[in-house]
Amino acid sequence: MKRVQFSSRWLPYLFLAPQMAIIFVFFYWPSVQAVQSSFYLEDPFGFGSTFVGLENYADILSSHEYLGIAKFTLVFTLLVTGLSLGLGLLLAVKADAVLRGSHSYKTLLIWVYAVAPPVAGLIGMMFFDQHIGPLVRAAAFFGWDMKVGLDYTDTAIAMITVSVWKQIPYNFIFFLSGLQSLPASVREAALIDCRSGARRFLDVTLPLLAPTAFFLLIMNMTYALFETFGIIDVIVKDKAANNPITLVYKVYMDGFRGNDLGGSSAQSVILMLIVFVLTIFQFRFIERRVHYG
Amino acid sequence: MQKLALSGLTLAFTATSTLAATDITWWHGMAGRNGEVINELATQFNAAQNACVLTPVSKGTYEEALAAGIAAFRSGDQPNILQVFDAGAATIINAPKAVIPAEDLIKGAGYDFNREDFIQGVRYFYADSDGKFVGMPFNSSAPIMYVNTEALQKAGIAGAPKTWEEFEAMAPKLKAAGYIPLVQSQLTWEFTENFFSRHDLQFATNNNGYDAVAGTEINVDAPEHVMMYQKLKDWYDDGWFGYFGAGWSDNQKPFEEDKAALWIGSSGSFGGLQKSAQMPFTASFLPYWNAIDGAGTNTFIGGAALFAMSGHDDAQNKCTADFFEFLTSPEVQYFWHKSTGYVPVTEAAYELAKADGHYDRFPAAEVGIKQLMLPGGEWSKGYRMGFYPQIREVMEREYGRIFAGETSVEDAMATIKSEGDALLARFAKTTASN
Repeated sequence: MKRVQFSSRWLPYLFLAPQMAIIFVFFYWPSVQAVQSSFYLEDPFGFGSTFVGLENYADILSSHEYLGIAKFTLVFTLLVTGLSLGLGLLLAVKADAVLRGSHSYKTLLIWVYAVAPPVAGLIGMMFFDQHIGPLVRAAAFFGWDMKVGLDYTDTAIAMITVSVWKQIPYNFIFFLSGLQSLPASVREAALIDCRSGARRFLDVTLPLLAPTAFFLLIMNMTYALFETFGIIDVIVKDKAANNPITLVYKVYMDGFRGNDLGGSSAQSVILMLIVFVLTIFQFRFIERRVHYG
Repeated sequence: MQKLALSGLTLAFTATSTLAATDITWWHGMAGRNGEVINELATQFNAAQNACVLTPVSKGTYEEALAAGIAAFRSGDQPNILQVFDAGAATIINAPKAVIPAEDLIKGAGYDFNREDFIQGVRYFYADSDGKFVGMPFNSSAPIMYVNTEALQKAGIAGAPKTWEEFEAMAPKLKAAGYIPLVQSQLTWEFTENFFSRHDLQFATNNNGYDAVAGTEINVDAPEHVMMYQKLKDWYDDGWFGYFGAGWSDNQKPFEEDKAALWIGSSGSFGGLQKSAQMPFTASFLPYWNAIDGAGTNTFIGGAALFAMSGHDDAQNKCTADFFEFLTSPEVQYFWHKSTGYVPVTEAAYELAKADGHYDRFPAAEVGIKQLMLPGGEWSKGYRMGFYPQIREVMEREYGRIFAGETSVEDAMATIKSEGDALLARFAKTTASN
């Protein structure tokens, strides 16, 4: 690999400075602020604040409702990540095998990714609308009285379906380019060695795809935890009521809608810690199994 | 949409043509037709004088407008006027340094101000404990019952129910005629807050929260309130009551589409409903339980008020006062009332609407204001609770769980009371540091 040589020791730091400044202003500074205000109870208009120590954390962690939301977030994240990765991979493998018409097939799958999450939520909401939703009518045909917005489980199913639908194209693009960059020689060698397509996929293709899959795993978890916000907001129509919501939506409700800054800050600190622990876990335990070619 | 763009254009035009004038901004939480009418109001105000140019800015929903106003205040970039909705009133009234009381502002600008000019139901809600107006009542509404007249005819019923006892008697007939007998659009507002005012029951301790922030507790577990929700649940199970979730329009839609016979909505929905309803309709008062002693009092005011935010120079404050004065003039109030369905907030505007024959043409438009002018009771003046938007969220969650069959009415009310009281105590702590 070619190495760039700098004549001065400080020059590289200078080049890094703008980037570091942006990271500091938009990430570290707000994080420090969040940690700080999580120890206070603050008047919404900012006229005064009272130091309450860990009381905000104690309130949250002893709240039945918060723990319920945490549980749903876990289930939601696992399902969205698992389903969108699985389906994305399946579609990519099939697209990779197609020779003719593959271009239009790929375009059709990819365009969904260009849809903004709130728009996806809106489209999803129309599919699941109680009065006009075609999917609700389809469910009714099978005797399932689907009540999105009223029934907790039905709303959860709608949220997961729309979130997965929105994320599949992203995974598809990465998996497909991963598959297409696999060395032809390795594939041919595998073809000679083994007749079973499934075996070849599990023993050769999948391990070679592991770096892509690992990257996507992290991206999908972040997506499920944070970026589904727009979809959730549209599906619950700004009124969560008894519908399922995720932790990040709860932060928004308490902080922006409820003006409870201390409680909301404590929640975002907890969320930050969860992501921190998840990332460490993934890099320490899962990445060891990933082979970078 | 085209209309909206057009009024935006006129606005931009007037803004550039009067460069010497003082600019003031007004952040509000209204969209759709009501948002358009607000733009028209601003255009009228800007055309009526040369000193001030008012720019209204829609900030989304009521909650979003309040959050945006608070965030702007913290960064020193607040608008001159902020619209704050009923449930958020306690948040802003308990931050006295953030607002100039409307009454002080108007008197300071040299205008006369008489509280008695305002109708009964509006007089106390946005005032401090001495009755001084902190917010300027603007869009005021009442929860009223809209009636699908065709449905009643088909079921052979003479008129709308005045009491819930009467409703119980007619519900089976409406159901037999193929209608959902009753739908509503906001349980917290229509069947909790206004349940307490309509039946003159105490909603919260400390004089409904007016007397003190600390130690206020919410009375949702009052036996009468528990009974109301038990009835709603029973009606839901019998098919007499349709519930489609916490969203406003999900519940309005069956009425618009001629599938429901009765809909409890806002008197402010009248303007929109005239365009969207597919059948003839009329309106009547929010029913009450005859069996409850002292029932039949006026309802709380709903909607929102305008607050003059502090931190602006005298010229801008004068413009804000000018606009408040303009807004409460009978002609402007009548225009607003006519275009939206929100009630006129002054007696003079109501008289003007009557004299103009507005209610002969649209009898339903008079229902909201008449309901607000009903004799008041000890507990129907208003309520003031901090973090109330969150308490409403707790209610919405628990009410949804009642209809989904996940909890009993008694358990739901107990949960709301304990979580609500905790939120009230938490709010008391945040303002104690002021």
